[in-house]
Amino acid sequence: MIRLELRGQVSERMVYCSPFFAVIMTLLSGMLIFSFLGVNPTQAIITFFVEPISSIDGIAELCVKATPLVLIAIGLSFCFKANIWNIGAEGQLTIGALAGGGLCLLFFNSSSQFLMPGMLIFGILGGMAWAGIPAFLKIRFGTNEILTSLMLTYIGLLILSYLIHGPWKDPEGQNFPESRLFQDAALLPIILDETRLHLGWIITLICVPVAWMLMTYHLIGFQIRVMGMAPMASNFAGFRGKNIIWISFLISGGLAGLAGTIEVAGPIGQIIPVISPGYGFTAIIVAFLGRLHPIGCLLSGLLMALTYLGGDNAQIELNLPNAVTGVFQGMLLFFLLASDVLVRYRIRIVSFKNKHRNIG
Amino acid sequence: MSELVVPVLLTIITASTPLVFAAAGEVVVEKSGVLNLGVEGMMIVGAVVAFAVGVKTESATLAILSGATGGMLTAFIFGFLTLRLLANQVATGLALTIFGLGLSALIGHGFVGKTFSGLPKIGIPLLEQIPVLGSLLFVHDILVFLSVIAVFLITYVLNKTRLGLIIRAVGENHHAAHSIGYSVVWVRMGCILFGGSMAGLGGAYLSLAYTPLWVEGMTAGRGWIALALVVFASWRAWRAFFGAYLFGGITIIQLHAQGFGVDIASQFLSMLPYLATIVVLVLISNNSSRMMLNAPADLGKSFHASD
Amino acid sequence: MWLTLIRDRRKLMILKRIVLGVFLITGMLFNAADGSAAEKKAKVGFVYVGPIGDHGWSYQHNVGRLAIARTFSDKVKTTYVESVPYGADATRVITKLARSGHDLIFTTSFGYMNPTLKIAKRFPKVKFEHATGYKRSKNLATYSGRFYEGRHVVGLIAGKMTKSNILGYVASYPIPEVIRGINSTIIAARSVNPKIKIKVVWVSTWFDPGKEADATKALIAQGADVILQHTDSPAPLQQAQKNKVWAVGQASDMVNFGPKAQLTAIIDDWNAYYINRTKAMLEGTWKSQDTWGGFKSGMVKMAPYNKAIPADVVAMAEKAKDGIIAGTVHPFTGPIKDQSGKIVIPAGKTADDGMLLGMNFYVEGVDGTIPK
Repeated sequence: MIRLELRGQVSERMVYCSPFFAVIMTLLSGMLIFSFLGVNPTQAIITFFVEPISSIDGIAELCVKATPLVLIAIGLSFCFKANIWNIGAEGQLTIGALAGGGLCLLFFNSSSQFLMPGMLIFGILGGMAWAGIPAFLKIRFGTNEILTSLMLTYIGLLILSYLIHGPWKDPEGQNFPESRLFQDAALLPIILDETRLHLGWIITLICVPVAWMLMTYHLIGFQIRVMGMAPMASNFAGFRGKNIIWISFLISGGLAGLAGTIEVAGPIGQIIPVISPGYGFTAIIVAFLGRLHPIGCLLSGLLMALTYLGGDNAQIELNLPNAVTGVFQGMLLFFLLASDVLVRYRIRIVSFKNKHRNIG
Repeated sequence: MSELVVPVLLTIITASTPLVFAAAGEVVVEKSGVLNLGVEGMMIVGAVVAFAVGVKTESATLAILSGATGGMLTAFIFGFLTLRLLANQVATGLALTIFGLGLSALIGHGFVGKTFSGLPKIGIPLLEQIPVLGSLLFVHDILVFLSVIAVFLITYVLNKTRLGLIIRAVGENHHAAHSIGYSVVWVRMGCILFGGSMAGLGGAYLSLAYTPLWVEGMTAGRGWIALALVVFASWRAWRAFFGAYLFGGITIIQLHAQGFGVDIASQFLSMLPYLATIVVLVLISNNSSRMMLNAPADLGKSFHASD
Repeated sequence: MWLTLIRDRRKLMILKRIVLGVFLITGMLFNAADGSAAEKKAKVGFVYVGPIGDHGWSYQHNVGRLAIARTFSDKVKTTYVESVPYGADATRVITKLARSGHDLIFTTSFGYMNPTLKIAKRFPKVKFEHATGYKRSKNLATYSGRFYEGRHVVGLIAGKMTKSNILGYVASYPIPEVIRGINSTIIAARSVNPKIKIKVVWVSTWFDPGKEADATKALIAQGADVILQHTDSPAPLQQAQKNKVWAVGQASDMVNFGPKAQLTAIIDDWNAYYINRTKAMLEGTWKSQDTWGGFKSGMVKMAPYNKAIPADVVAMAEKAKDGIIAGTVHPFTGPIKDQSGKIVIPAGKTADDGMLLGMNFYVEGVDGTIPK
């Protein structure tokens, strides 16, 4: 019989230890699964977790993959801290990418140095605009944001589909559903030669401390946290709930839109029918794994990215189907989420006899 | 006229039934204060298990039961993690979706390209002979009838019975419910398992009746729609039923509109069901205080007796 | 903390045994797998857009991969990565394949065009093949199937078999490939029965069995009695079977999903092409080229005809197929008018490949307009 006992206070040690505990559990059970599938378990684990990042290029790829996840997760942390359920980051990313990429298509023969920064700003604004709709509906009509933000995601994806199959097709592209290739002035510069590591990663690294400061030291962060923990108290304190809804939606939408523009102006280099393979949804997990803290988001985003790279590798090197990656990813997440319990609770294994004694 | 209208309405019923199952189940889960975002994952496991058993045994009953069981077992993982180990519900639900999609692909590996005969139609005696209405309302496969019965039962149980009162109490204020002596964890576990089996039935409907076949990822996002419908329904099963039919109905009507040659880009037509649910929700949630009353106050919060 | 977790010595012992057991088992497997070190083989890699379990496009490419593995089992090792999204991920996966010693890489969806081109430049020694694209380089070849030839045969059969004179077409996205198929079908159908109309429903997805089935039902309700599809799942065929109308299978022979309904199926057969190109790579004769194979090369095949099709119709279909192989029949032979009645291909002329590749207009007889 396992029992949980509340700790007097959050265990500092466990905040850092529990993720390692989870990783060890994942490795052990992963090895069991792999041996069950007839794959050498040690080799499988190495293929999954070590090989993808055993070269400079691998590490660069890891950062490229983590960039959108971390950016979106940081933004979502603001929403979730305030108990606002924005699950539409995928749509905000898409509209952001369309706004930023659209600016490039509008000035397709410009080589101005202001083009790329302008695209990033437009991307942020696009994401904010799309996130502003659920915020507005929530404030004005009390409409629940889970539904509106999710439905707007599907609408955003269909807008992308419409534009890319219609007006934004490359005029010289034989009617393929792809935009023109962005000109060099519109692309994010590569910061590490011979790799794909681009400026977006630096932007992400800047966002982390900024978000941390905002969350910890700025009045906005304080208000958001109070609103999340005790909405009534925040009313007494005179905070305007409306403002907090606006601010957290705009921050998360803006960062999602930025992530979208970084994708199209970075590794993709044009607008295509599928800009994101579900980053907006995956980032929700990243945010919670990172305990809604910017640094946590950075770490969990990197870990999540690693599982994707590992999944590719497992398919290439071990001929494991993609489905195994899904199962393995799911398990890793289960262990990570479950191990959080150790931070606030002690696990006791008690026999039934002991249990009665405890109660008595 | 009825030659065209009846098939349209029948198609709407087929398109809506999986959503009804999953959404009605999730209503119960959320009423007990648990937010399980893993509906898509539970649905697809239900779909693959039901289809696999159906192909192996040729028995529709066994297939349906195993679909429900598959969904339930998937939900159990979620229940164990969030209730016993107090893992974050939102993230665990999403992880469940990733896990379920992968697991279903593994289970279904040998079943791609196999066929199943589908579910037999059942007619309700006498009623089925009513002209037009009879074939529309009273001749369906067992799961369609079951989805309607489930909605009635859930509405009745949640509002009129002691069990419903307990579930709502647990969702509304788990500490109060605990102090009166209800086991919050077990009530919630029961609701999660029920929601899982309903999602499993929704999946089973897809792979046994809607399109009797198995292909990877065949739920194609219906679990997410079901989640949105719960909110749309402001946590009432009968409204979730209405929402599912609204959503399914507009999806089908826009396909028909295309067949008639309506001159609007198909992407805009495809947006209609999403737009409609937003607009209707805005209209009905204008009275926001009433909405708030329906939302379980402790939705998404972990419970531990010593907190 | 560890002490509280494992309270007494007995439990500790049990735990130790379990851990030891796990390590022993894994150790054994490690040794077993280590023994089978293989000699150096050539490596051929595949990138798929869907899961190999989609029973459609990616499934057929994987059938082709398995044909390579069978034919060259002692010389070639094949690998694949499935469900690779377009964009940033595609570039990473293709690069990874190029880096990990693959000699020949097939990227099997149009969205991989620009990533493949970029990577081909970076890895001049690796050979690349991109399906359904139009950009080539020294080490990047392109290939695709002339599926519109199959659609021509299907259109002839459909034209003879329909009683309502309405054909239903479940379509995915308005790209030239899909529009070409719709046009080819209606031109052929109207050549045997000028009263025929074709209704098109766009489902805005390549793959959603439920929605494909719904679209099929909508078309049947509106009078279509032959269902054609350009989406990936067998759901439309299945619905046709249920509603007792005709249908045509897509990508593979789907006859077991609709044994009564399936008139025939247009089969994507990549086996011969993949085997030839692998052979060329092994022998050092591989060159970048553009292959657009149809009936003649065997890349497009017809599944066995339904027994219910009258013999004269089968004969007509076979004759058209033979004509296409011989070069005497072209599915797009003028005069062909677009929807407004303007002649786009004059009498006696046939459409050239450039026009076919970028096709962006409906011909006469199609209901509705192309979504723009």
